[in-house]
Order: sequence, then structure tokens, then C-alpha cells
Amino acid sequence: MSKKPLEGIKVADFTWVWTGPTSTKVLADFGATVLRIESKVRPDVWRIQPPFKDDVPGPNRGAVFNSQNTSKMSCSVNLGLPQGKEIAKRFVAWADIVADNFAGGAMERMGLGYEVLRAIKPDIIMLSSSLMGQTGPWHDSPGYGDQLTAVSGISQISGWPDRIPGEVGFYTDYIAPRFNALTILAALDHRRRTGKGQYLDIAQHQGSLKFVAPLMLDYHVNGRVAGRMGNRDSRACPSGVFRCRGEDKWCALAISTDDEWRAFCAAVGGPAWCRDERFVTFQGRKDNEDELEPLVTAWMVDQVDREAMQTLQEAGVCAGVVNTPEDHMENDPQLLYRQFFPWRDHPELGRYRPPRQPCVLSKTPCEIERAPLYGEHNEYAFKEILGMTDDEIAELVIAGVIQ
Amino acid sequence: MPAGNDGMLSPYRVLDLTDEKGLMCGKLMGDMGADVIKIERPGGDPARNIGPFYQDEEDPEKSLFWFAVNTSKRGITLDIEKEEGRDIFRRLVKTADFVVESFPAGYMAGLELGYDDLEKINPGIILVSITPYGQSGPYRDNRASDLILWATGGGPCMRSFGDHDRPPYRISQHPQTYFHAGTEAVVGALVALYHRANSGEGQHVDVSIQECMSFFPVGDWDLNRRLRPRGASGLPVTVRHIWPCKDGYVMWRYTGGPNAVRHSVPLVNWMAEEGMADDWLKAFDWQNFSHFTTTQETIDRMEEQTIKFFMTHTKAEMMAGAIKYRIMLYPVAAANDMAESPQLAARDFWANIRHPDLGATVRYPGKWANASETPPQISRRAPLIGEHNQELYEGELGMSAETLARLSQQGAV
Repeated sequence: MSKKPLEGIKVADFTWVWTGPTSTKVLADFGATVLRIESKVRPDVWRIQPPFKDDVPGPNRGAVFNSQNTSKMSCSVNLGLPQGKEIAKRFVAWADIVADNFAGGAMERMGLGYEVLRAIKPDIIMLSSSLMGQTGPWHDSPGYGDQLTAVSGISQISGWPDRIPGEVGFYTDYIAPRFNALTILAALDHRRRTGKGQYLDIAQHQGSLKFVAPLMLDYHVNGRVAGRMGNRDSRACPSGVFRCRGEDKWCALAISTDDEWRAFCAAVGGPAWCRDERFVTFQGRKDNEDELEPLVTAWMVDQVDREAMQTLQEAGVCAGVVNTPEDHMENDPQLLYRQFFPWRDHPELGRYRPPRQPCVLSKTPCEIERAPLYGEHNEYAFKEILGMTDDEIAELVIAGVIQ
Repeated sequence: MPAGNDGMLSPYRVLDLTDEKGLMCGKLMGDMGADVIKIERPGGDPARNIGPFYQDEEDPEKSLFWFAVNTSKRGITLDIEKEEGRDIFRRLVKTADFVVESFPAGYMAGLELGYDDLEKINPGIILVSITPYGQSGPYRDNRASDLILWATGGGPCMRSFGDHDRPPYRISQHPQTYFHAGTEAVVGALVALYHRANSGEGQHVDVSIQECMSFFPVGDWDLNRRLRPRGASGLPVTVRHIWPCKDGYVMWRYTGGPNAVRHSVPLVNWMAEEGMADDWLKAFDWQNFSHFTTTQETIDRMEEQTIKFFMTHTKAEMMAGAIKYRIMLYPVAAANDMAESPQLAARDFWANIRHPDLGATVRYPGKWANASETPPQISRRAPLIGEHNQELYEGELGMSAETLARLSQQGAV
């Protein structure tokens, strides 16, 4: 029995940048045949944007491309040319799933809308994942993940109460691929049972709103507009991220119960301030949080982050180092044990460590493969999948359709 | 029984034993039509104590957090720590396709309800386990919370933003790490489902919240041993990203080069139309503008005028203008902005769900996707404590009312 659960599922992959490829990475890593249809004329942003290995640019040297496109194949087709579109349609005829994450309406404009594709392959499952969806007054409004993060209410609830809304980078980019993948997988099962494909018009904005659903209910029911709290928490005190010894080293701490507080006090050597009767109960700690935090800060600043975490955890206190990328790949004992970043050979990078999928399946724990070089699978795609002859391929190369 | 909509997952039953770390998983599966049965210990799950609350009444049947992440589920009470409770659970496992749980690693096995045990009862069962660090490893038994998992899992992300005169921060209000894990768990569950369709066998899906949060690109370290210092924008000038406007904030960046015609130029044109761009700004050479070559003086001058302009418009006006003039500008939305969003209304996003026990209809964030055959949708509100005990125990398992009463009295149910 194959260890690749999605073996045999075929994906015509028109995705690019981050959210789309991260979604199809899920399918590819679990064994689906995912064919990226790429173009030199309009290359994937992450094939041309740094960081590159050794800062030497090249379409196969990009850090982000290589981490987010594991286990996929790549062929090169100029979709801007009519013949390119025809080839795209032939890939759709081969595929079970078609995926894109262009701005709303783009596939339609390219003549590759769902109605066209369904006529080619009646049970095709087509995913179009865009910021706002394919319909509505904002449907073709372009934007990146940081802007979606802002308009989805995340920035509003991030950062410090005494400062402007905080940056959280491209946060919604990390939510969207999960919704894309689970919806495709559900549609796949539905098709398996009913024979019906469908068009999945996913709005990343809407998925993101599921992650702030309770505060939306709070607004609708109680009229309250939620704000930002730094690292404070109604259910923990102290709750914060505290500076440790050295450059930019931090340890997070969250104490929820009185038992945990007592354990903390013992672990830090029972200083006088720990015995302050104001801090004995949760409510007392909460009421005096402004006084308590600087005391914790003063203790933590002398600690080595990883040692503080270990000491506190051993005492039964909730604490954790703010990992850097270096920590993730070199120092975190759990990620190392779990081999979350397995080594892979790569013709241009030598060796590298892309992330695997977070879900570990006991019977089908498939191994991920390195990301494809640009156009690496042209021969497989055009000869094996589409059945073209060498002459046909040569003509298309001359015409600039295949690059 | 769930509403008769043919959802993508309608044939499947999910036994949901999760706490706040995993509730989102069953919710999404339920929204896609699965028959999700939330199993709580008698008296109700502790997640019912998480605020905010309906009309600020702290009551386990009024937690808005609970409402939000338990839509489309029925609810029963059961104590699997009691032998009778375990027997009932095993009967339910026979009828189920998925068991989702977020107990500490080893807890289910300790009750003889681990994957190996469940597989014997039902070879096709898919057990989805959500834990902070996974089923094994040096951190297996670590204490964790959302903030701690932001640090150990989402650390590379968290340290990449925020004012560097203060600590890195998580996103406030809700446990984002748990939502990520719960959503990712659906992915794992459905991959296992596909395998089961081909093979007949279920399996154990091991979901680590830390790994779910390890999404930030770390390739620059991997390839180049390079770590960007915290707070470094990489730019030689200080530029705004979040700007004040009349009733809040907007997110906006001036850009130059070929992109400028799509972004900076239309904004300046709009400002000019309203008499709020001076000659200097109107004549600005965007083609040759770059953050790497400009001066702070230039930045400050364009920002000063822009703030004045933004301060004459609300978030809603700025968004409408961004659409009209095709400027890549977005408001920093607060809950009220999203509630009033014309886009979400046009997408039919809000679901009005009845709460007969409250005498109210509550407006929920609804489907995340339009689907031409089987769109996800909320089929019912979150269950009350033990709401479906009778329906399930008597109605489906055929227990007598007396038996149910006795089990309830003994605390097994």
C-alpha cells in the first residue's frame, strides 16, 4: 500500500507567490502529482525575489520558492499566447484539480474560467483563492497579505494599547492555505462519492474572519469593538514576553493558576517580591499587573532564555523561548526530534531544509521532495501527459509558447 | 440530525473530545456537513468559561467564544474516565469516522482509548490528536498556552514585527495558535480520509501546534546563515505603513518605479482632486523614487501632506476611494468596519443563527468559500450542555430513560 495518500490525484497548478503554492504544497507533499505551469514572461515572484542562496540570483536559488514548492513538478508555458492557453486547457483535461490564486476574475479574463474548464472536464474541481473572492464590489481589488491582515481586523487587535495598531506582517497568508487545502480535500471526497466536481471560490478575507469570530459576535451582540492588549491576557497573569540575557533574546511566560504562581516563585528562588501578598491570588496579580511585570522583567533579564524555559518548565510553569529562525532549525530540541525541517538534496542549493507538513499521519507519513527547477518537467509534461511529439514540442519552443 | 443540506462531508460522523486547543477542527467539519458530536464532561467543558459573553453574562451557556467555535455541532455529556463512560464511548466509536481530541499525549492510551484500541473497535477510525508539541519528543509534556506557542512555534514570525523598543507580541484577544492547529487538523483528517477510501484503513493523525505555527519562512537562515535583526526594516529611511485617518487608521505605502502608476500616482491624483496635494507632490517623479535612494526629508514631506488628506476621510471613505481610483490601500478594520463591509454583505458572508433559548438571532461569520455544489454553511448554533443526550443516548443508542437517568446520577453522563 502506498505511503502517499494522495497518490494519483493530479493538479494543474496555476498558483504563484505564497498562499497558492503553500496550498498546493499540501497536496504535493501528501503524494498528489502537482504540475506547476509557470512562465518566464510572468515568473513567480519568489523565483525572482531575494533572498537567494549566497545572494546570487537565479530562478532556482530562491529561499522562499524552494521551501513552499516542495514535491511539485514544473513546466513552462506562456499563458499569454493563445497556444499557451490551449496547452493549459489540455492540462486541465488531464487534471483532477485546478488551482489559482490570482486576483478575482483573472482566470475568467484569461479564458480559463470555470464554465470553460468544466466543458473540458465536467468533474473538475477548480479552486480560485483570492483576497476578496470572485464576486462583490471589492472582488478585483489587488493586495498582499499585510493589507489583507489589516482589513481583516488583525492589525487592530495587535500591539500595544497605548500605540497605533501593530504590524503583524503577512499574517493572513498563513491562514489562507489551510482553508484552501481543506476545502479542496473535502471537495475531492465529495467528488469521489458523487462524481461531481465544483468551483471553489475562496475569499481569503472570509477565512481570516473565522479566526476573529468571537470578537465579531462580541460586536454584534454587545456592541464592543475589541482592541489590543500587548501580551496581556484576561486568563493569565503575569503574561508577557520578557527580555533575556544577550542580544534580542526573549522568553514568554503565562501563569494561569495560583499553583503555577507558587511554582514560579519557588523556581526563581523565592525572592521577597514573590511573597508580596498582593500577588498571592490571581485577582491580586491582575489588579497589580503594572507593578508585577517590572519585577518579572528584572528577574528574566539576567537569565539565559533556554535555561529560564527549562527551569520554569521543570517546575511546572508555562514558559517558552521566542525562537528565531536559527533556533527553529538548530536549537529547538522538539523540532529537531520531530525532523520538521528534513534535509533534501538540490542541484543548485546543494542541500537544504524545507518544512514538511504539520500533520503526521501514522500509516502514510510520506516524505516530501525538493522543489522543482524551472521547467524541469517539461519533457514529462509535454510528452508523457500531453502526448506531444518532439517535432510539436520544437515548434512550440520556437513560437515561444514553451520556454 | 444535521440539517439536510448535502455538504461535502455529510456522510461522516466526528466525535469531538477537544478543548479550546482543538474546537475549530470539529466546527469546520460540521460547517461542511459532517455530523459532529461534541462530547463534554458532565457539567460542561472549561472552554465555556472563556469570554466574551452574551450581554456580558458570565454563564457557561453564554460564552461567545464557545458559540463561535462550536457551530454545527450537537452536544452530549460523557465522562470517559468512568468505565461506563468508556463503554458508551466505544459504542459511539463504532458509529464514527473521526475522533478528534486534544488531551495530553498518552492520556487516551492510558484510558485504553488510544489509536491501537480504537482501531480494534473500528478499523476505519481516524484519530486526530492535537497537542502543543506532538505525541512524542522532549517537549511532549511541556505546559503550553497560546502565548507560549506563539513563542516556540511562531517565534520567527512574532519577532519579525513590532516596535523594537518593546517585546515581540502575539495577536491579542483569541488563541490564534489553537485556531491554526484546529484548521490544520482538518487537512490531516481529510488526507487520512482519502487514504481510507483507497485502503479501508484509518490511522492516527498527530498534530503539533508548534509545527502548525512554524509557518514563517526561515530559508535565509537555512541557505545563508543570516538572521535579520529585530526591528530592522531593511530600509535606510523610516516610512509609515499604518497611517491615521479621520476615524481610525489605514495601511498604505508609497512605492516607486513601474508599480507607482498603479499605486502612488492614483492616490496623489485623488489628493490633487481634493486640493490636498501641493505642486511638489503633484510633480513628484515616482518612476525614479525608491526607498533605498530617497531622503528622510522627502519621505517626511510626502507623509505630512498625506496625513492631512487621510485625516479628512473615514476608513469607509478611504476604502471606497481605493476601489474607485484603484489604489492598493486598505483600512485597518475594527469589528464595526467589518460588520458594515459592503463586500462581506455582497458575498452573503454573515449567517443569522437562531438561539431560541436566548430569544435571539445572532450574526455569525459564515462561509469561507462559495462552492458551486456544496458550500460550507453553519447548520446550527453551538450546543447547550448535554443538549442532545436524550436524542443520542435514547434515540440512537436505544438506552431507556431510566438507564440514562442512572448514568447521569453516577456522573458517567
